[in-house]
Amino acid sequence: MAHNAQPLSLTRVLAGGGALALLLALTLGTVLAVWSKASFQQRLGPADWAAIRFTVSQALVSATISVLLAIPTARALARRRFRGRQLMVSLLGAPFILPGIVAVLGIVAVWGRTGYVSTLIGTPLNIYGFTGVVLAHVFFNLPLATRFILQGWLSIPTEHFRLSAQLGMTTRDVNRQLERPMLRAVVPGAFLLIFLLCITSFAVALALGGGPRATTVELAIYQALRFDFDLSKAALLAMIQFALCTLTAAATLWIAAPQSFSVGMDRPPRRWDGKERGQIWTDRILLVAVGLFLFVPLVSIAVKGAPNLGALPPQVWPALRNSVAIAITSALLAIVLSLALSALIVSLSTRWKRASQLLEVIGFLSLAASPFVIGTGLFIMLNPYIDPFKAALPITIAVNAVMSLPFALRVILPAMSRAEHFYGRLGNSLGMTGWHRFRLAIWPLLKRPVGFAAGLSAALSMGDLGVIALFAPPDMATLPLTMYRLMSAYQTAAASGVALLLIATSLALFWAFDKGGRLDHHTG
Amino acid sequence: MTITLDNLHLRVGDFELTADFEIAEGHKIALIGPSGGGKSTLLSALAGFTAPVGGRILFGGVDITKLPPAKRPVTLLFQDHNLFPHLSAEQNIGLGLKPNLKLDVAQKQVVQDALARVGLTGHGTKRPAQLSGGQQQRVAIARALLRDKPVLLLDEPFAALGPALKHEMLDLVAEIVEASNTTLLMVTHQPEDAHYLADQTVLIAGGIANAPTSTTALFADPPVALRRYLGE
Repeated sequence: MAHNAQPLSLTRVLAGGGALALLLALTLGTVLAVWSKASFQQRLGPADWAAIRFTVSQALVSATISVLLAIPTARALARRRFRGRQLMVSLLGAPFILPGIVAVLGIVAVWGRTGYVSTLIGTPLNIYGFTGVVLAHVFFNLPLATRFILQGWLSIPTEHFRLSAQLGMTTRDVNRQLERPMLRAVVPGAFLLIFLLCITSFAVALALGGGPRATTVELAIYQALRFDFDLSKAALLAMIQFALCTLTAAATLWIAAPQSFSVGMDRPPRRWDGKERGQIWTDRILLVAVGLFLFVPLVSIAVKGAPNLGALPPQVWPALRNSVAIAITSALLAIVLSLALSALIVSLSTRWKRASQLLEVIGFLSLAASPFVIGTGLFIMLNPYIDPFKAALPITIAVNAVMSLPFALRVILPAMSRAEHFYGRLGNSLGMTGWHRFRLAIWPLLKRPVGFAAGLSAALSMGDLGVIALFAPPDMATLPLTMYRLMSAYQTAAASGVALLLIATSLALFWAFDKGGRLDHHTG
Repeated sequence: MTITLDNLHLRVGDFELTADFEIAEGHKIALIGPSGGGKSTLLSALAGFTAPVGGRILFGGVDITKLPPAKRPVTLLFQDHNLFPHLSAEQNIGLGLKPNLKLDVAQKQVVQDALARVGLTGHGTKRPAQLSGGQQQRVAIARALLRDKPVLLLDEPFAALGPALKHEMLDLVAEIVEASNTTLLMVTHQPEDAHYLADQTVLIAGGIANAPTSTTALFADPPVALRRYLGE
């Protein structure tokens, strides 16, 4: 088959190699820079150990709760047909691109001291600290885990449900013979992915954590750099964070590489099990509860934000401009990197399988890269030459592009590999080469996934509150940072107005890119 | 067991199919017709996976239209996915006796006998992935054998097998259904399969399942719809 593959052209090698070099410089290069500054004589203090313990324990608890709730929720979605099911499945995708800081605002509106729940039960709840961090992480990851596991359910062949109906299997038999083997295959991967996301999440820890009892390693790096100006301490913490993330990512890869983040979810097959009254009511109650848990905070953001949209503070507009510029640039950068890497991976796959798999793993590993480790590294590398605080925008763009690369790659790589497999060979046989071959044979099939991936990257980048918090001078901000500053100053009303503006802009960017990919789409 | 399709009306999306005839006990019947013509849908309705929008299905004079799949005197073999990939051949067969797989010594012996009957002695502990395509369908036949239902429905389970292997399977099926006087309905695209095994053939085309007629007579003087399908 190798002679059928497209030629490994110089352009491909240069573009792919360049993307790879940039990726490695930003992920591993920054780690080396951090390593050079980390003082290993310095012992870890009690506060550092507390940060490590907190990071791991909150991630463990969040991932466990998310997955334990996601299993019955996914099962209910897989075996019930009801009006609004499709809507609920689509909305489960929303928290993934919801800006972290906005979600925190919604959660505080529901669970906070003066929130709906406190008002309802008549006692003010305190969610700052461990509880709040876990609550927010479950809010984010329960939907992700549910979609992940739902995909597992929908991958069980229809024939197997028919077969079990014919054999007279009970709900319990179906659970044992069909569902448990699927869960054994799917759940560990979902758990580790969520654990990883909880370790690296920053906005949630910044807004709901803090203090000696609820500081994550990521937050400790930020504080060491921003408030203590202790570079070697920050470097040491960055090394710890790097080790935590790498171990988790390695375990994830070892157990199960995550599947693609697919967009559509088919209708579930007809089922003959789970018809018992108890089962039906369990599913109903669960779906309503999960629905409320996820959608009330979202609705509260809209309700509280709308009246404040007319009176936004003036610093919002330059922040909006910065955010949109960052989002668009980093999305384009992420797409260019993904395309270059995918092209190289696909052309290597027919002749040098190992190298192509290694590249795929590297692309995925940037999921384990912590934005603050990268940020710290860039700070160390740039410090001798320029004032890193002056370079806040380009640094944020680069880091955001790298952070959304694994997601973009998961969408683009399978599409490119399919396009090359089916139509690349046809193109070769017709003597098409180079740019025209890409433009006519490959690109039409890539447009749609590329549009989707760009929309995803732009939305993720738009909502990110990470390195920008580290580098931004006081007179400069992005929209999420402005929102955080308003929240810290207890200007909740103004913050909720900004939250709505932020969501609207994220969605508009996502929609525009995604729509762009669908224009003139004739291939179905 | 006589099967009666009493003004049966099926609808899946835009597709519709009607059937109004009787199938006498012990016959081997081929269902032939163009792709998407409704052959699989008809089997699916007989097995209880597709609910009809009108009419009745009677088995031996008893109305079973509303019965759930497990309560019907029917075994249906699919084109693929007839076995659970994580269970051994023995376990997959054992499901036909006890869906929770708690088998006693006598039942385990029954499973071994079924394995032997389909020529898979010694393969019982293998998983489906370790078996060839033909062996996998033999396991499914062994399960059908031990369920011992009076009606056997085949939805092209041998379509992916080569001609020699397919004939072997059809011989095995013929031997089993003749020994137990089971009524057999099988979907096929190939006239030679119908000739090989089926004494009667049902032509399904244009939204109608026609009453079964003698296979030899049907192909000797094919009606227009069949001629169009055969390309004559």
